[in-house]
This record gives sequence, C-alpha cells and structure tokens, in this order.
Amino acid sequence: MTQTAEQKLADQVAQAHSNGQKLRIIGGGTRQSLGNTCDIAATVSTSDLNGISLYEPGALTIVAGTGTPVEDIEKALAAEGQRLPFEPMDHRGLLGSKGTPTIGGVVACNISGPARIQAGSCRDSLIGVRMIDGTGTIIKNGGRVMKNVTGYDLVKLASGSFGTLGVLTEVAFKVLPASEATATIKIQGLTDEVAVATLSEALTAPYDVSGAAHITAQDTKDATTLIRLQGFKKSVAYRADKLKEQLNKTGDISVVTAAKQNAMLWKTVRDVEAFHKTQTAVWRISVAPSDGPNVAQALRNMTDTQVVYDWGGGLVWASVPYGTDVRAALTGIDGYAVCIRDQGASGQSVVPQNAAIAKIEQGLRAKFDPKGILNTGIMG
Amino acid sequence: MEMPKPDITVLDRKSEIVQKLLKVLPKDAVIFEERETHAYECDGLTAYRCAPMIAVLPSTTEEVSAVLKICHAEGVPVVPRGSGTSLAGGALPTEDCVILGIARMNGVLETNYDDRYIRVQSGRTNLSVTGAVEENDFFYAPDPSSQLACAIAGNVAMNSGGAHCLKYGVTTNNLLGVKMVMMDGEIVDIGGAYLDNAGLDLLGVICGSEGQLGVVTEATLRILRKPEGARPILMGFNSNEVAGACVSDIIKAGVLPVAIEFMDKPCVEAVEDFAQAGYPTAEAVLIVEVEGSDEEIDEQLSKIVAIAKKHDPVELRESKSAEESAAIWAGRKAAFGAMGRINDYMCLDGTIPVSELPLVLRRIGEMSEQYGLKVANVFHAGDGNMHPLILFDANKPGDLELCEEFGADILKLCVEVGGCLTGEHGVGVEKRDLMSTQYTDADLDAQMRVKDVFDPKWLLNAAKVFPLASSDARRSA
Repeated sequence: MTQTAEQKLADQVAQAHSNGQKLRIIGGGTRQSLGNTCDIAATVSTSDLNGISLYEPGALTIVAGTGTPVEDIEKALAAEGQRLPFEPMDHRGLLGSKGTPTIGGVVACNISGPARIQAGSCRDSLIGVRMIDGTGTIIKNGGRVMKNVTGYDLVKLASGSFGTLGVLTEVAFKVLPASEATATIKIQGLTDEVAVATLSEALTAPYDVSGAAHITAQDTKDATTLIRLQGFKKSVAYRADKLKEQLNKTGDISVVTAAKQNAMLWKTVRDVEAFHKTQTAVWRISVAPSDGPNVAQALRNMTDTQVVYDWGGGLVWASVPYGTDVRAALTGIDGYAVCIRDQGASGQSVVPQNAAIAKIEQGLRAKFDPKGILNTGIMG
Repeated sequence: MEMPKPDITVLDRKSEIVQKLLKVLPKDAVIFEERETHAYECDGLTAYRCAPMIAVLPSTTEEVSAVLKICHAEGVPVVPRGSGTSLAGGALPTEDCVILGIARMNGVLETNYDDRYIRVQSGRTNLSVTGAVEENDFFYAPDPSSQLACAIAGNVAMNSGGAHCLKYGVTTNNLLGVKMVMMDGEIVDIGGAYLDNAGLDLLGVICGSEGQLGVVTEATLRILRKPEGARPILMGFNSNEVAGACVSDIIKAGVLPVAIEFMDKPCVEAVEDFAQAGYPTAEAVLIVEVEGSDEEIDEQLSKIVAIAKKHDPVELRESKSAEESAAIWAGRKAAFGAMGRINDYMCLDGTIPVSELPLVLRRIGEMSEQYGLKVANVFHAGDGNMHPLILFDANKPGDLELCEEFGADILKLCVEVGGCLTGEHGVGVEKRDLMSTQYTDADLDAQMRVKDVFDPKWLLNAAKVFPLASSDARRSA
C-alpha cells in the first residue's frame, strides 16, 4: 500500500463528507450482498491499496493493504509454512458472486471459518488497522505486535463494522504455523442431537480439536459428522486414535488422513457448499452449541429446512424457502440470526438490536461518520 | 504525576452524597471516614497515592446501577476498582471520586461444560475461575502473574494477558459476554454464551477500555479442557542475540509453544541469589513450555532441542517429570520477588517486534549505564512483550524521577522500533502522558470519541489513558 493511494482515498472521503455524498465501499466485490441494502451515490474502491507491506515469519506477523487479494496473502504465508488462523470463508459459491476476495472485505465483515472454534475469529487475529473515518481523517489503532493494550481496541470495533466507521486501508494480523498433518474423524448417520453431543464430547476432550461440523441430510443415514485434528504428524495420529476410541459408540466411524481429501472436506464446510446450488434462502445463526439442534428443530417445524452445523453446533447455516424469516425459531434462545442470501433483496437482512445497544451503535457511527456517508444503512 | 484538580463543588457536597448512597446501599458498603478511605488510596502502582472521597462496595448489579445513577446525577467522578493490583495506576483515585469496588461480587453464576463457558460475577479472582472448573479438568486460559489476587473485572478492563497467551490469547480472546452498567445507571448485556455477536463489536472495545466505558459486573468466559500434560525445557545461550534468533527459529519451524520466557543475565543472577533454581551462568536463559501427551511433548521438545543445538547453547535441560518442571519454573516465578529483594523496582511492559529484540536489549543496556540504574529483563519472548525491571531506591531523593525518565525512554524505544507502550498492563496514569509518542492527535481523538458515546460527561475513570491536555476539553465540558 502506498501512502499516496491512502491519501487519495482520504481526499475522496473528505470531499464526499463536505458534499454529503453517500459512498459504497468496494473491495473485491464478492460479498456485496451481505448486510442491508445501502444508499449509494458513488463508490470508493480499495483496489489501489494492494500489497503486503511487511511479513515477518519469525514474529508471526503480516501487514497488508486492504485491497490485497486473500489468495496473495495465503500464498505468501504458505511459502513460509504459515497460515491465517481463522480460515476465512469464500462467499462466491454461496452468493453466486464474481471477483477476487480481498483481505479488507474479510476484515470489514469479520469473516471466519471452521477454525474459529479453536483459533478465534478474524477479529481475534487482527492486531492493527489503518482507516479513513467518515470525515476523511486517517486513523490508526493497534499495530504490528501481537500483545498491545495501548489505548482502546478500535481494531476489534473496526472488524465487522461493514465499513460504517471508516474505510479500512491497512490491516495487520498475527498468523500461525501451518499444520504438518491433518486428520478428520468422520461419523455417518447421526441425528442432530447426537451429532452435536458428539462434537461437544470431542471439544471437551484434551485433544485440541480444530474443526467440529455436522452436515445433515434428508435421510439421517447420509448425515456426516466431522471432527478435525491438526499438528505434527505423530501427534495427530495419536490424538485421532484416542478420540476415535472415545467416540466409537455410535454410527459408522472412520478417519480421513489424506491431505487433499481433508482440504476438500473442510472447504465444503467452510464455504457451506451444501447450499451453493439450492434455490433457497440461507441464514446464519449463532447460538450456544447445545441450542443448535433446538433452533434447527424449531425451523423444521416451521418450514422445509436443511441445516449445516459448524463450530461444534454453535454456528447453524439454515437453508429455508425464499422469504422465510427464521428469527421466530430463536424465541427463548440466546443468540442471533442474519440473512445471508435471499431472492431479490428484502433489503433488511440485519436483525435490529435492543434499544440500549442500538443507541450506543448509532452514537458510535455518528462519531466516526457524522454525516452518515459510509455504507449508509448496511448494518441497520 | 499530574492529576486533575478536584471539583470543590463535589467535595463540598460530600455528606449529602454519602446520605444518598446510604439510601441505596447497606451501611457497611459505604466508606467515607478519612481513616478508612485510605485503604483505597493506591493500587499496584504504589508510587502514587490519593485517598478517594468515598468508597462503595455494592453486592449486586442493581446496587452498582443505583450508585452510578446517583453519581451521574450529582456529577461525581467514579473510579472502578477490581482487586487493586493494576501496575499502571488504573484504579488510582482522585480526591473527589467515589471508588466503586466490586470485590463483594465474586460468585459463580453458571457453569456449562458442554458449551464450554462459565458466567461469573466480575469481582471473582482470575485463579478462582479456574478453581471453579478444575475438578472437571477445565481451566480459564489467561494467566496474569497476579492471578491469585486480580479480579476478572480488572482483567476485562485491562485486557490482561499472561505467560501462556502465545497459544491461548489474552482476555479479549476468551471473553464471550458481559453485563455492564453504564455511567447513567443503565444495565446492558453484551454478547453471551455464543461465539459471534450481532452488530458492532462492542465487547471488543469494552475489553481493554480501562474502566472508562462502564462497570462490568458479570462476565461470560470461555473455558477449555486442560491438555494431557505440559513440560518445559530450559536453555542457556551466550548472547541475547543468539537467544533471540533461537526463539525466531522455533516459531518459524512450526512449533507453537504455550510459553517462551526470556531472562537476561542480570535477572538470572538475581534469581539465583534468591531462589537457587540452579540456572546456568549464561547471558540469556530461555524457558520454553509445550503441551500434549508425553509422546507429543517429547516430539515437540526434540524439535526444539534440534533447533537450539544449532545456536550453541551452553545449557539444555529438558524436564522429564513434574518435579523437574517445577524446578525450571521456580526461578522464573521468583523473578519479581528476587528483584524486589535487591531494591525497589519499576516494571515496564512495552512490546516490540520479536526481530528487534537484540537491538532493544543492547540499547537498554547502554541507557542503563547512562542513567546509572540497573535493569534486569524478563519477558514473554514469543510475543515480544518485554518486562524490563528498573532498579531504584525509593528513599533516595530524585531516584524515582530518574527511573521514570529512564522507563519513558525505554518505552519510546519500543514504539520507535514498531512496538507499543504496553502489552498487558494497560496505560492507566503511568503511561498516559506517553500516548502521544505512539498515537497522533487524530488517533487519540478517535478513541476519545468512543468514550464520548458511552460516558458523555466523562465521569468514569476520566483522568487515565489519555494525556490530560488531550482530554481536558472533554473532562471540563
């Protein structure tokens, strides 16, 4: 990222601020349909903020412009035997979008994948940001070191803010060593309740599970439960043996050890491939893991529903008929649901917050973007 | 240390305010006699003391809310206090403030192993959170050195870390939700027993906001199953550079230890005098701990040994048993006590990029000679979080000031090489006036705008974190 490119964007935002012109922030354009429909007069693109500015494998840190393709970052890390800890999902298949996902989009939407259960989400790995607020002022927070409590953590606030607090220009992450080996324990034929209980048993065993998912099917015998173990070869083999032995009570159990097969399996979960081709709406529901099957059951009682569980049952991907509002299924259950895909934009995919929280959020947006010009309305 | 002038109009109304507080709290929860308020005059940063006007010890979230409502209406500054172990003066009172201590709220509200969380009142100590789940082989990961005494409320306020955060992260990575009382008394619930939350990440900015955004009364924390075992290896090297290179090589090789601790020679010598841990005579000593089953530990340690051998270690001592592990850790755990035995000391906690370690240690050595004050370095090397301990004599006039000046120079150096002022202790009053070396006015203003939203009157712990000159207009508005 060059300073001139950043300054140019800052000038554009400052200009829009003085004109009250509403801006839509565009990265790679692969996640544009996430969030509510927003008012747009012009776009602001991060495409000139492209490139890794610092990568220190020995310090487990990488810094890049927000327009940098995720693929470039993953390639650079892989060359040093490292990876992004949070395994960001690629939304193209699910949303039917084209383009190249950028790291800025990942941060703005706080995108994480199956590894979130062990390694935390995008915001947990994010250690620094630079951004342009709604007045055109460049702000930095955090930095390039992984332990930093100097002042307020605006890094977390920026992650998942969908651009409403500022245009992200540069992001810094702590990264992790890539795993030498992966093994997946695969169990066929479990009901939702038994599957989530099994995932919970795996996650409460001392074997450092790095993925815990369950893909349901029309016929329970075709349902697949997946538990991932990663690390050094011998250690993975040891833990897979132990865990298989412990879980070997129900269903048809096997262990997948081939690297390619493992990569494919977890990409299926990460990108929710089960719903790529369905003519349905897709919702994403975050609850305590043991509530996952209850939400799914409530949905099935309401309508025709297919479900994929990730994060040990705590992330429920629900495929329902177009136009369904799944929030009714969360009555009496703590958590939240957000619409990821529907036919024709309903325009309102973000769930309203309770009044006290909504007031704080509005207050923050007004402080960072006083004229409300950045992705206006995207978060409700 | 400059603190804002007390508000005379508040001090004048002390007895009136006490009466109002007594209406919402039991008698023994309102402390206002001068001889008693002195118990709250400082925290772990003992160089600064100031008795508060009043201290209150509520027992419920509703009582906290009632207290804050009164203080909000009366325009009384409030300083929240956990266990008072802050090394940065995070709980240092002002003369006109009400200290709001949450020590009486220390219960466990809910434990759920299937969903792997515990909900506690925020006055509970860090170690007793693990204590509550230990019998089922679970633990709460963040482990600040003060964990025996420090409260979860303070951990959340300062986003506390610990020796094991290279693998498990710091407080913010293990915090799922809070119940918080806003300065105007409103009670809000943010997050919960689930992983992702709707809307802006308010939890993320509340954690680490040093008690300036609200008073956290309950926390939902992630608990983890204990690993099968853990064992350290002790290594000695002939120079700080070589030890630093070894750390970097271990990380690059794909081993992720749970802890990598670094001690320099002055520290090792002090520790040996004090604890006789049997550490080698070396320029730098590393303790690296790994986890897993016995076989897994052996596998990881053998990789670490292979890497270390390339750096000509003067000592390699692999633990084979619980006793040997304890012996290796004994010296490290005694480090602060050992330094305290020699003299008064000031503990810094700037973080640097790991690659800058040799340069920074060399510069600290040079500065130590210039200032004529000894320094020992003990720190978490895996994440670059340094803990230089500057020795001084509190009874010698001018020595504290000299020490502070030296400390400031070290922190400025940390920022200069790409690091930060504080990795886990927080800014408090201690580093407040250095914030401008790391952040521009615009950066600081952005942070203060967040406080404007949560606490528009700037009554909560307002004299901390931001340089007084930067926050003056807001505080006196």
